[in-house]
Amino acid sequence: MLAAIGVGSLEELFERQIPSELRLREALDLPPGKPEQEVFEHLRALAGRNRSAEEQVSFLGAGMYDHYVPAVVDMLTERSEFLTPYTPYQPEVAQGGLQVMFEYQTAISELTALPVSNASVYEGASAVAAAAYMAKLHNGRSAIVVSEALHPHSIETLRTYARGYGMEVREVPTREGVTDAQAWSRAIDADTSAAIFAQPNFLGAVEDAAALSEAAGSAGGKDGPVVVAQVDPITLGVLAPPGACGVDVAVGEGQPLGNRLDFGGPSFGLLAAREEYLRRMPGRIAGATTDLDGRRGFVLTLQTREQHIRRERATSNICTAQALNALAGVVYLGWLGRRGIVELGELLLARTHYARELLAAIDGVEKLHEQPVVREFALRLDADVDAVRRRCLHAGINPGLDMHAFSGRERDRGGLLVALTERRTRAEIDRFAEVLAAAIEAERPAGAPAEKALA
Amino acid sequence: MSVAPPERPGSESGRTIFQKGAPGRRAFVCPAAEVPEVDPRELLPDRLRRTDPPALPEVSEPELVRHYVGLSKRNYDLDSGFYPLGSCTMKHNPRLHERAAALPGHARLHPLQDAEHAQGALELMWRLQGALAEISGLPHVSLQPCAGSQGELAGVLLTRAYHDDRGEQRHKVLTPDTAHGTNPATVTMAGLEVVKLETNEAGGVDLEDLRRKADRDIACLMLTNPNTLGIFDQNIAEIAEIVHGVGATLYYDGANLNAIMGLTRPGDMGFDIVHFNLHKSFTQPHGGGGPGSGPIAVSERISPFLPVPVVSRAADGSFALDSDRPKSIGRLRAFHGNYGTFVRAYAYICSLGADGLRDASETAVLNANYLLARMQEHGLAEYLPLAFGELCMHEFVLSGGPMKRRLQIKTLDLAKRLLDFGFHPPTVYFPLLVEEALMVEPTETETKETLDAFAAAVATIVAEAREDPEVAAGAPYTTPVRRLDEASAAKRPVVREAL
Repeated sequence: MLAAIGVGSLEELFERQIPSELRLREALDLPPGKPEQEVFEHLRALAGRNRSAEEQVSFLGAGMYDHYVPAVVDMLTERSEFLTPYTPYQPEVAQGGLQVMFEYQTAISELTALPVSNASVYEGASAVAAAAYMAKLHNGRSAIVVSEALHPHSIETLRTYARGYGMEVREVPTREGVTDAQAWSRAIDADTSAAIFAQPNFLGAVEDAAALSEAAGSAGGKDGPVVVAQVDPITLGVLAPPGACGVDVAVGEGQPLGNRLDFGGPSFGLLAAREEYLRRMPGRIAGATTDLDGRRGFVLTLQTREQHIRRERATSNICTAQALNALAGVVYLGWLGRRGIVELGELLLARTHYARELLAAIDGVEKLHEQPVVREFALRLDADVDAVRRRCLHAGINPGLDMHAFSGRERDRGGLLVALTERRTRAEIDRFAEVLAAAIEAERPAGAPAEKALA
Repeated sequence: MSVAPPERPGSESGRTIFQKGAPGRRAFVCPAAEVPEVDPRELLPDRLRRTDPPALPEVSEPELVRHYVGLSKRNYDLDSGFYPLGSCTMKHNPRLHERAAALPGHARLHPLQDAEHAQGALELMWRLQGALAEISGLPHVSLQPCAGSQGELAGVLLTRAYHDDRGEQRHKVLTPDTAHGTNPATVTMAGLEVVKLETNEAGGVDLEDLRRKADRDIACLMLTNPNTLGIFDQNIAEIAEIVHGVGATLYYDGANLNAIMGLTRPGDMGFDIVHFNLHKSFTQPHGGGGPGSGPIAVSERISPFLPVPVVSRAADGSFALDSDRPKSIGRLRAFHGNYGTFVRAYAYICSLGADGLRDASETAVLNANYLLARMQEHGLAEYLPLAFGELCMHEFVLSGGPMKRRLQIKTLDLAKRLLDFGFHPPTVYFPLLVEEALMVEPTETETKETLDAFAAAVATIVAEAREDPEVAAGAPYTTPVRRLDEASAAKRPVVREAL
């Protein structure tokens, strides 16, 4: 090979290209390579030092959820033909991936009741920032109004991005578990580019999405701001979809749809919108067309939006997104099907309601708000949340998120955020109630009244 | 009843899952609720409820499996053949990584699990941070960015934060005309202005142009080295001096890191910020367009501004997520990065070790130069000359200009004809400054036999075009579909199935 190249040694190849003073003369300070089985054992040992949802009964959610991932998702996402190609730059040999994108877009469009979806963005929090950037490109206004009831990570991410593209972020407070409607209307004015709320919100509460959208429209002057909802897609079998509630752009974390927890990623972000936003969307979009012989086929379309064509005038810098995770999402939605998405939603509603009432009946526990919930709810504990959590963990149950420790917001003081999936059985919920009751009893301040027992 | 066979296997072109199945058909069996029944309106008032269910597919599991297995067969993939897509580093994806990432201790670990119950994951991240710091020669690492593009955004935001902290308002970023499109797009998203830099005759940064444009308004120069021409910029030390001389930062786009692991380091070249593409240099499978992962490494002066969280190690050897960084640019995403990609990248680094990583880069460069030599042999070089230089690093860029003029076939035609020969074509029409560009990156995991076969296929196509250019112009012929009408797709976009 060296002879064909016309160099005398491998070294010559580098000598002639990299200035000598920049060459690394010692080996990198990394351990020597290892055989496959040793690497596997090392990674297994590391895995063994984590306590996964396999090893405890977990009610932890707050943005990612321990749903059952059907075997068919694993089988299809592991196929070489989906796992190992890259972005479909050559559509003639990427019809599989392109059609998957097209089907994914259709499924997300159906779920959200919005006519157009892209082929995925990174994940749920940065999807909010991406939607706000779309709004900026759309109307050129200067402020973003965001409900404080969004997931704290989404608000923090939005702030990071907004500092970059130069927009002011105004937060609207929470009242009784949902976005304060009056403060929402007051915060929105003619400078408001985007008005953003979450459905359900961080506290698990279902917002009155239609009312928030309408209020945004009438408060925002001519044309109103772009109304953005951050949705949990698994709830959209039972919750009124954003498209039916006056929402312009829906974004969300796709993990509940057939993606594993993976300690937080990779998953995918969904992004769907009304038709008029199609050419402002970030990322890949697959479109249907025909080939020379008239057969139906798919291509990446509207590429003049994208960074590789439009460069500094692109609608986004996003390039590689989450194709494989979006595949898991669309396979999962096909597996659930039209009826399954509703049945699963009803199951979550029923078990969540049961768990909420059962837990809120414990002495020293109350609901943090009374709003309807679908799959997650917030409780307020009359005891040190961290200490209660430790007792539960010791009993093999992860009771959920210590809200105040996580968000630092006064609203969340004493709060415990409890999430349900179809994996949490009634027996597990009942056991959780026993464990929580015992933990609270042990941790309650001395002399606290046992009101519920008396009542 | 007579049924005609399809024209070619698997050619039921374009029927989606939404056009299959029948009402009531299903794969999912819902578990029983097991809890007392409650009036649905008590659970959720009607005005908050969905009235029409989404029109998701109604198919059985066998239909679902056949449909997607059928679609998979309409993809070309790296496990099936050569995939020399320039700047994408399509190297083999070891299956060990998939097995390790699927271990429940990794795959079913909740991101908000208490740190004491996620010590294995945090240790893995900490070790990966350390390895990436060592490979880049820059001491501080954040694993947060979701992909290279977000790593770039982080880098530009870091640069802004750094200048702001020093009380300086700088609003311009230099990018060479050979830069990846993400660079200028990122600059705009980060609220700064792009200033283009010209390329010199050797394919590197035009130093005169740089000196002219480098002033106190410049926040940063974003550079890829080796650049998208596969050329290592020999003037890099001087470039760094000029950029640092005006107080700006130097950003390294790590898309081409596969050329230099263990051979030279961005930190030693004077770069302040680097992003890595774990799906390129570190074997995270490309997944048909993601997931990616774009960690960044930075110098001491940039480190106070790193995004949160970073993984830290306490004196007692325990690991924690550190979000208490007052000067941080903030958070780029929820949770702590694409952990699943960290498992794979870390497994790769463990498997190869220091020597293996250097071998990988050396072999990548050897393979690229060998393939370049084969493609510059008599009969090819006249039509597809190397755009710049003589040797290359991990990739090279040919110009299809002479081929187009002499044989009446474009780079696109060559690419499409390669599909009939069972190869994925190289990146085409990038970088923009090369006429009819063909950007070839073979990677280290290909054999000499494969490289020879690819060069031979290109030679055959060129020879064929000398006889009859129409063959390539009409290609491909053997793929699931032929050339697709992209213009009408963009003119009248159909981006979902009508139901």
